Amino acid sequence: MDVTDIARWQFAITTVYHFLFVPITIGLSAMVAGYETAWVRTRNPRWLRLTKFFGKLFLINFAIGVVTGIVQEFQFGMNWSDYSRFVGDIFGAPLAVEGLLAFFLESTFLGLWIFGWERLSPRLHAACVWLVHIGTVFSAYFILAANSWMQNPVGFRFNPETGRAEMTDFAAVLLNKVQLVTFPHVMLSAYLTGAAFVIGVAFWHLRSSRTDEDRDLYRAAVRTGAVVALVAGLGVAVSGDVQGKIMTEVQPMKMAAAEALYETESSAGFSILTIGTLDGSEEKFSIKIPKLLSFLATGSTSGEVEGINQLRERYIQTYGQDPGASYYSTGDYVPNVPLSYWSFRLMIGLGMAGAAIAGWILIATRGGRVPRGRTILYAAIALPFLPLFANSFGWIFTEVGRQPWVVFGLLTTENGVSPTVSTGEALTSLAVLTLLYGLLAVIEVRLMLTYIGRGADPVPDHDLHHGPDLDDHDRPLAVAY
Amino acid sequence: MELTTVWFTLIAVLWMGYFALEGFDFGVGMLLPVLAKNDTERRVLINTIGPVWDGNEVWVLVAGGATFAAFPEWYATLFSGFYLPLLLILVALIVRGLAFEYRAKRDDDQWRARWDLAIIVGSVVPALLWGVAFANILRGVPIDADMEYVGGFFNLLNPYALLGGVMTLLLFLTHGAMFISLKTDGRIRGAARDLAFKAGLAAAVVAVAFLTWTQVMTGSPASAVAFVVAALALVAALVAIRMGREGWAFLGTFVTIAVGVGGLFLALFPDVMPTSLADGVGLTTTNAAATAYTLKIMTVVALVFTPIVLAYQGWTYWVFRKRIAVHHIPASVAPATSTGP
Ligand code: HDD
Ligand code: HEM
Ligand code: HEM
Repeated sequence: MDVTDIARWQFAITTVYHFLFVPITIGLSAMVAGYETAWVRTRNPRWLRLTKFFGKLFLINFAIGVVTGIVQEFQFGMNWSDYSRFVGDIFGAPLAVEGLLAFFLESTFLGLWIFGWERLSPRLHAACVWLVHIGTVFSAYFILAANSWMQNPVGFRFNPETGRAEMTDFAAVLLNKVQLVTFPHVMLSAYLTGAAFVIGVAFWHLRSSRTDEDRDLYRAAVRTGAVVALVAGLGVAVSGDVQGKIMTEVQPMKMAAAEALYETESSAGFSILTIGTLDGSEEKFSIKIPKLLSFLATGSTSGEVEGINQLRERYIQTYGQDPGASYYSTGDYVPNVPLSYWSFRLMIGLGMAGAAIAGWILIATRGGRVPRGRTILYAAIALPFLPLFANSFGWIFTEVGRQPWVVFGLLTTENGVSPTVSTGEALTSLAVLTLLYGLLAVIEVRLMLTYIGRGADPVPDHDLHHGPDLDDHDRPLAVAY
Repeated sequence: MELTTVWFTLIAVLWMGYFALEGFDFGVGMLLPVLAKNDTERRVLINTIGPVWDGNEVWVLVAGGATFAAFPEWYATLFSGFYLPLLLILVALIVRGLAFEYRAKRDDDQWRARWDLAIIVGSVVPALLWGVAFANILRGVPIDADMEYVGGFFNLLNPYALLGGVMTLLLFLTHGAMFISLKTDGRIRGAARDLAFKAGLAAAVVAVAFLTWTQVMTGSPASAVAFVVAALALVAALVAIRMGREGWAFLGTFVTIAVGVGGLFLALFPDVMPTSLADGVGLTTTNAAATAYTLKIMTVVALVFTPIVLAYQGWTYWVFRKRIAVHHIPASVAPATSTGP
């Protein structure tokens, strides 16, 4: 392994890991904010109990989201210094804005929210968690703008003197057409993920609730979660569809790889499953939906979808000699086809299965019903993981499909890596971070399960009337580390 | 003022803010085994920074992001060059941040002891290494004609840099003790006062040595003024803590750190990362900078949003202004062992 491979493995591992916590943070902060608002408005204690219960789970998740994010922030400079030099003029700006607008907002108001139960009025307290959520939205917007620029560089000129990309239009970077579809897609999949988490946890408790009060509580969580998941799931599909068309426009090779389509075809079908060789030489068995690929890629069932072989020729003409030869056995502009093909399907399949289960649970719990079957229980327990992993596969697809470019059409991945970092240093960092992340995963999951297992605590009477409580100087803090 | 100078100043301000704020977080973390005698006292200490440490840490993230945006070459050379120290800092920040959140989540002595260790190590390591890193930047490191750092790891461990590390460590320790004396009550408060004074004396000796060395090596008249102000503020802080004026004392170390760091940047200017090689190319505010267009956009963003951030961060400190004492710490309600479903 050379430094490039190590740096890529490290980037892939640390980002996918970071993005296990990110969608839950985004989605769950919105759910918790919704519950707290319902509590402030209706004063029905069940909403307060849900706020506190899911709030705790949210914090366990958030903590890892934050600490793994720090690694991301520094990693560009550590492992990808030539990339940083090349793009800094453009890419650095959204990153800095993200810190200033989003991270300060998230972290400051989260502190206020955790410790402010008796210091702030109920409305102000609820406003704090909304501000945390808004912080996550800003954070997503700016980092995705940075990423979208790598997918489809706009608003810049290449300066041959310095050999760098220079920004000419910040608005164009922020309103990149790829960004405008990526942002809704990622946000909606985060809401789907957060809601699926709520449903899974609450459904498990709903089945074992002994009191009417508890049943009422968990039903409320299951059903609100299911509604959010269904709406978000629909939105993910719609936005994903639009995204497919834009992607075909800006990175046709990615779409061809997603479908392992080697030869240009009109009215191309979408294969759900192909057994055979993915290099296109032989197809043993496949299930195809006629014309769907053409529709996904072009919006018309008879549209022409370019194949990998044709695109390869075109890319070679456009971009000159072969940049990726050292990485890919195919030795050219073709990304890893099996990985693209399967990650694309797993994204869609797992995510949509999640939305479907949410719909099933919504129907099964209508009119006060508590479904008793085993299958639905297993489905509910699996539910939180489906959209979560769909997110990972979505990113793996997006990023792998862009290879061998790190900035599409401008800079290849191998040219972005830090030239002075030694293999030993890079390996040390890969090993240290991977081991540490593995350990943290174990700790996190066990803690999460413990707190899920405890269920929603009853709230003390005094909390039901909570408000600023500054006079009583000697009472213990309501919340303390 | 040129935009590159504006951004050099802004980045200096971000680091000043970071060290003046997170400095006391590190100090509190390092003092965990020193000032607290039992678990409740440890929780008192941790809860003094509970609501604010994460917001304080964001200062370094923004400093990093701003360096990336305004001086991409600096960001690239610095972060790829100081690779292993940065990795250590990252690991430290990871375990420390998680420790605050997870420590109280289980009622188990061993669990807590491990997270305490994470807090202590996670505070000592960055407190020391940030000083080492900054001293190396000031001193100049081997940067070749392609603006790449070629010095390796051990080059970073020279006497001047280590002295810088000891200085930041001691200053943060003092700053943390000042903060604890201001934010707690009872036995800890008194102990923190005594310790702040002693640590402050040691910090003063090391700081004077390091800053004088810096001034002789690369200083400018402006940096001399800043160093003198920083030293006077430290003396004032020591006097104030002796007189029991904790608020003034904390303000004193706050000013010491902020102005002292400002002085380091003044001593650096207009370089951002000088080279120690004869045929190398050092980084300066001009050759490391982004384009004027990017700097202009970033300036607007910074001018609009920085005051807003300062306002709400300040408000947080106001909301949590109350002192914390042992009797404020609620009994643990965490489960003893993991009992997953
Ligand atoms: C779509 C959303 C999204 C994406 C693609 C990323 N992140 Fe992230 N990040 C978040 C959404 C987010 C968040 C929701 O805002 C987090 C997650 C958990 C959290 O605490 O905030 C966060 C936390 C977080 C933090 C800690 C902030 C703090 O201390 O409060 C940093 C420094 C980063 N991220 C940096 C990055 C970088 C450099 C990324 C690119 C590789 C990245 N994130 C991808
Ligand atoms: C958080 C969600 C993200 C995930 C899960 C993710 C995942 C990945 C993966 C799996 C790779 C490796 C591809 C390969 O080596 O074939 C990669 C590469 C890369 N991604 Fe992302 N990515 C995410 C977001 C981002 C963002 C927001 C940025 C920039 C702001 C980014 C920048 C990069 C860079 C620079 C590379 C090149 C390094 C490489 O090829 O390994 N990624 N990403
Ligand atoms: C009908 C369903 C879906 C379609 C058609 C679809 C389509 C797409 C496309 C075309 C991309 C690549 C965009 C690019 O590289 O330019 C993408 C990326 C992605 N998808 Fe999906 N998707 C679907 C469902 C889902 C689901 C259910 C999730 C998660 C719950 C999800 C999460 C993601 C993520 C995180 C990315 C990477 C970020 C991005 O580039 O947007 N997608 N999706």
